[in-house]
Order: sequence, then structure tokens, then C-alpha cells
Amino acid sequence: MCDTCGCNVTHGNAHLLQPGGKLSRTEGGHDAVSVLRGLLHENDHAAGHNRHHFDQHGVLAVNLMSAPGAGKTCLLESTIAALGNELSMAVIEGDLETENDARRIRARGVEAIQITTGSACHLDAHMVHDALHHLDLAGLDVVFIENVGNLVCPASFDLGQHRNVVLLSVPEGDDKPAKYPVMFRAADLMLLSKCDLLPVLDDFKPEAARRHLRNLANPAPLFELSARSGAGMEHWLEWLRREIAAARQATVVPDDVRTATSVRPTP
Amino acid sequence: MHELSICQALINQVEAIASEQAAQSVAVIRLGIGPLSGVETQLLQQAYPIASAGSVAEGAELVIDNLPLQVSCEHCGRTTEVLPNRLVCAACGDWHTRLVSGDELLLTSIELVRDEQAIIEDVRTH
Repeated sequence: MCDTCGCNVTHGNAHLLQPGGKLSRTEGGHDAVSVLRGLLHENDHAAGHNRHHFDQHGVLAVNLMSAPGAGKTCLLESTIAALGNELSMAVIEGDLETENDARRIRARGVEAIQITTGSACHLDAHMVHDALHHLDLAGLDVVFIENVGNLVCPASFDLGQHRNVVLLSVPEGDDKPAKYPVMFRAADLMLLSKCDLLPVLDDFKPEAARRHLRNLANPAPLFELSARSGAGMEHWLEWLRREIAAARQATVVPDDVRTATSVRPTP
Repeated sequence: MHELSICQALINQVEAIASEQAAQSVAVIRLGIGPLSGVETQLLQQAYPIASAGSVAEGAELVIDNLPLQVSCEHCGRTTEVLPNRLVCAACGDWHTRLVSGDELLLTSIELVRDEQAIIEDVRTH
């Protein structure tokens, strides 16, 4: 949705603007100013700039989100091991404290920028913008943005990514998409991680996780994998190759700063 | 607790509009929020006095309209009211639906208190 053509007037809020609606009258002698702008307008604007910056370089930006400890960094380590010779990657790491994750990535020979958010529970577009000042996108194929481990807040902030990948690890339980619908609705790809634990944690049913995802009307593909054992990694790597090829082919009109409204999937 | 960040973004927007309109203060801020916005309205109400302290919006009433959650079904074409974690068509049960309303996080309007004398003087000096 944008702020100019009125497309943010939805079926749900249009009645507010009708004659007699809450927004059409001036109460108590005050001047009512109709705004109808997203609360995260500033963030979305910055996200649009980030996305444009990625597009200019033909770089795919992937926002990795999950609960803490679902295996985002481990997935990146295995991805680097598998594709390090084939693709050029960089990682932006978001954590409340420590450079631990960035160190793990750098140990694999890949550039990593650590954002420490202090007490903030999510990354926003401005933080990613600042990180991009320290990253040369020329020659890169993909930038992974490893968001703060959290299934709630990161879902509300567009960072300028092209794709959202949400991990659900087997120990968390298969009903997480039903418990955190905003996050899982935003997923362009869902990865069931730590699937090597399925034989032990046999109450986790991948089919149930898939059903919960479909109940959110989300058609995203769902892959089962274990970054530790390597099982199922090929589906993820193939998806990644396809998305990178698509990002490279995407043509960029210089003045076309694309602004996505949010991290939510387009209908 | 990202509601505080969102509230700060809200105050920034309100301050910019109030300044544009040469407003003395803000009386009412009205938001439209859907159940799938990822924001808890109660937490937003709690964060609001903290975020607005010292700003032109300090003391303004924050009114939040909770917007309905509705999907339109690609299979049967009906529009139905649904729950946040069950966005399948309430009529036929198909999951191929499109969100009609419910993910809004919108500043719908603000009501400003303007000092008429100040506006007249402002016009004169320009």
C-alpha cells in the first residue's frame, strides 16, 4: 500500500471516511487532519532505499527469521560450506549483544557485519541501512540478514529484503505457525530445521506444521532439513540458486525506488 | 516490546504534521489497527505516554480503532470474517484466500489545536 493513490483505504477502514464516519467530522472545534499513512512510514521508506540499493547491484537480500536457537547461524555456516566456491555472500547479523555470530561467519571466510541492537528486539530498516555503509555490494550474489531471534517483533519491520525465510526447529513444536501467525504469514519459504531430531522428538509432525502454515493462507514452500547432518540441504540450496538468478535478472530503473509496504507477502 | 519503537515512529509523524499545520498542540490521535498488524493495542496504549512525553502530542488522547479481519476466498468468492491463525475461508474451508482487511497499522487522523492569532501573524510575516 502507498500513501498517494488511496490504496491504503481498505474495506476495513473505508467506513471511517464516509459522511458521518469518525474521520469526517471535527470534534470540539479541533482541526481534523486525515492522514491514512502507515505508522511505519519512515521505516518503510528506508526499506525501499535498501531494496533499491540491493537491486542496483543485482544482489538478493534474504531476511532470516526464527525463534532464538532455531539454527539460523548454523544454516548459514552449512550454506557457506556448500556454496562458498560457487557464490559470493555476505551476512548482516542482528543480536542484542555480542559479536559471536559474526565471528562464526567470518571464521568461514565470509564478510559479516554485526549489528548489536542493545535492548531492541528486532532489526529495522535504518539499522540495516547503517550496516550497508560498511558493506561493498559489488560482486556479491546474496546478502543474508540474520534477524534477532524472535518470532514476534521482526515480522513488523520491512528491512528492504526480497525474501523472508522463517525457520522452525523441531524442538519448538509443530504448532508454532498457529501461535505466531504474523511471523509465519510473512514467510516466503519455511524451513523445518534440526530434522535430525525427528526420530527422538517424534511428537513433531512435519505435516502438522505444513497444515498450520496453510491455515494462514500461505502457499510458501516448506523444506525439511538438518544443517548439521546436511540432510535435505539440497532443496534449500536449489531454492537459493533460483532466487539469486531471478534477482540478477531483475532490471532496475535508476529512479524507481521500490517501497514495499511491509514484510508481508504480496497477495 | 516493539510497540515502543512503533509509538516513537508515530510521534515523529505526528510532530511533522503538527509542525506543517502550525498546530499548538494535538488533541486526538486516531489509529486503525488490524489483528494481523503484529501490534498489541494495549501495549501501544501503555507505550504512548512514554513516547509522547515532551512532544507536541503529550496529553493527546490516543484512540485506536480495531479493524476487522476478513479474507476473500479464491474458491467460492465469499468474503468472511476469520481468526488471526485461521485465515481459511469461513464459508467453504479453502485456504486459498486473500486478505481483505486486518493487517493495517495506520495513522488515520489527528485533531489539532491551532492558535488562530499565531496563524494570522504567521501569514502576515510571510
